[in-house]
Amino acid sequence: MTKIDTSSPQNVLPTPSHTVGPFYGYALPFRGGEDIAPLGHPDTITVHGYVLDGAGDPLPDALVELWGPDPAGHVSTTDGSMRRDPASGDHLGRNGVEFTGWGRIQTDTDGHWYARTLRPGARGGSAPYLSVCVFARGLLVHLFTRIYLPGDDAVLAADPLLTRVGERRDTLIAADEGRGTYRFDIRLQGEGETVFLEFL
Amino acid sequence: MTLTQADIDLEIAAERAAYEKGVAEGAPVEHQPRRDYAPYRSSVLRHPKQPLVAIDTSKDPELVELHSPAFGERDITGIDNDLTRQHSGEPIGERITVSGRLLDRDGRPVRGQLVEIWQANSAGRYAHQREQHDAPLDPNFTGVGRTITDADGGYRFTTIQPGPYPWRNHLNAWRPAHIHFSMFGTAFTQRLVTQMYFPSDPLFPYDPIIQSVTDDAARQRLVATYDHSLSVPEFSMGYHWDIVLDGPAATWIEEGR
Repeated sequence: MTKIDTSSPQNVLPTPSHTVGPFYGYALPFRGGEDIAPLGHPDTITVHGYVLDGAGDPLPDALVELWGPDPAGHVSTTDGSMRRDPASGDHLGRNGVEFTGWGRIQTDTDGHWYARTLRPGARGGSAPYLSVCVFARGLLVHLFTRIYLPGDDAVLAADPLLTRVGERRDTLIAADEGRGTYRFDIRLQGEGETVFLEFL
Repeated sequence: MTLTQADIDLEIAAERAAYEKGVAEGAPVEHQPRRDYAPYRSSVLRHPKQPLVAIDTSKDPELVELHSPAFGERDITGIDNDLTRQHSGEPIGERITVSGRLLDRDGRPVRGQLVEIWQANSAGRYAHQREQHDAPLDPNFTGVGRTITDADGGYRFTTIQPGPYPWRNHLNAWRPAHIHFSMFGTAFTQRLVTQMYFPSDPLFPYDPIIQSVTDDAARQRLVATYDHSLSVPEFSMGYHWDIVLDGPAATWIEEGR
């Protein structure tokens, strides 16, 4: 039954998720996927880290998507993250001027990823954060988490999610490495397992 | 000892029996696969053991996850949804047309959003350097496409029927033919990556990935329907596949997007 009858809600049931598998690498990643910040923007930060499995081994085939607001807390409605060349069909990438807020990064063979984006501003009752969606071979349903940035302890202490997760909050707060660079490892399982989210 | 199909069959049967017993005793129907599904060996070390932390999105409409990244016409080219026209020659295989609608949990169309696909060629080989399955590459087929949904949430791809292929989960493991799909909704919470299958594939019972969806009705939602009205005379076979995104939608819809 793959024609969905939308006339009654009980017929509208979700399509199940599946793993991205091992071979998305020539399809989903695109040039400049990790360079989300407009060139030379003074509020640019670098976030980076490893994606690790339950044995502590890095994943060379994980895909990380980041989604965040601009420094004023405004959510971008600008397209053009993966602009393409109508002549050759190749990826042109971003234009270096507009901020789309979204990026996609494949881990390298060491299981490491990085992105340069704008420092997110606060929205609603939350401390500033970047939303993260993780995909991998072996992961049947993607995982959501958040990257909070350290610095303002009072703001972090008032965040509703960080308050709820108790001692595990440290897995959601990146480490400040100076020069606007922040380290954020994603541990899928085991000791120091990252807090993952579901949205109701 | 080599892990055989018979071993995996037993594990799949046990998972299904446990699920059906649970539902019979009042447990909720599961629309999604479990992340810890041991018959798919790669899942064993790659799923969290702590429960997910639930966020009630109705309490804070300002959450960035309730918005979605935007995609537009400059993110695709005009023939990106025709995988048979990306090279100078014709790809080998049976041409197919795959079409359907992208919907949210309320049955509303998701308009102007990005749908990406990738797949093996007709011989069951991906154009990926790490793929070393001994089947021919097709110089006229890459197997990657993308499109933006129309005002009805509709999408349409022209491509080649992918072949089944072996993998190394266990001895003699074969994946049923499928096309990988990646979708965005009106909210980032609705993000979905999945695989579309073809009707009556004999490999379904043996494949731990499709069987990771233990609910029979949910699993059927991954299988396209042959639709003669989508077949193009003298050209292609037609398949219909509607997609319903899980998760809360945006609290408002931008008109005209």
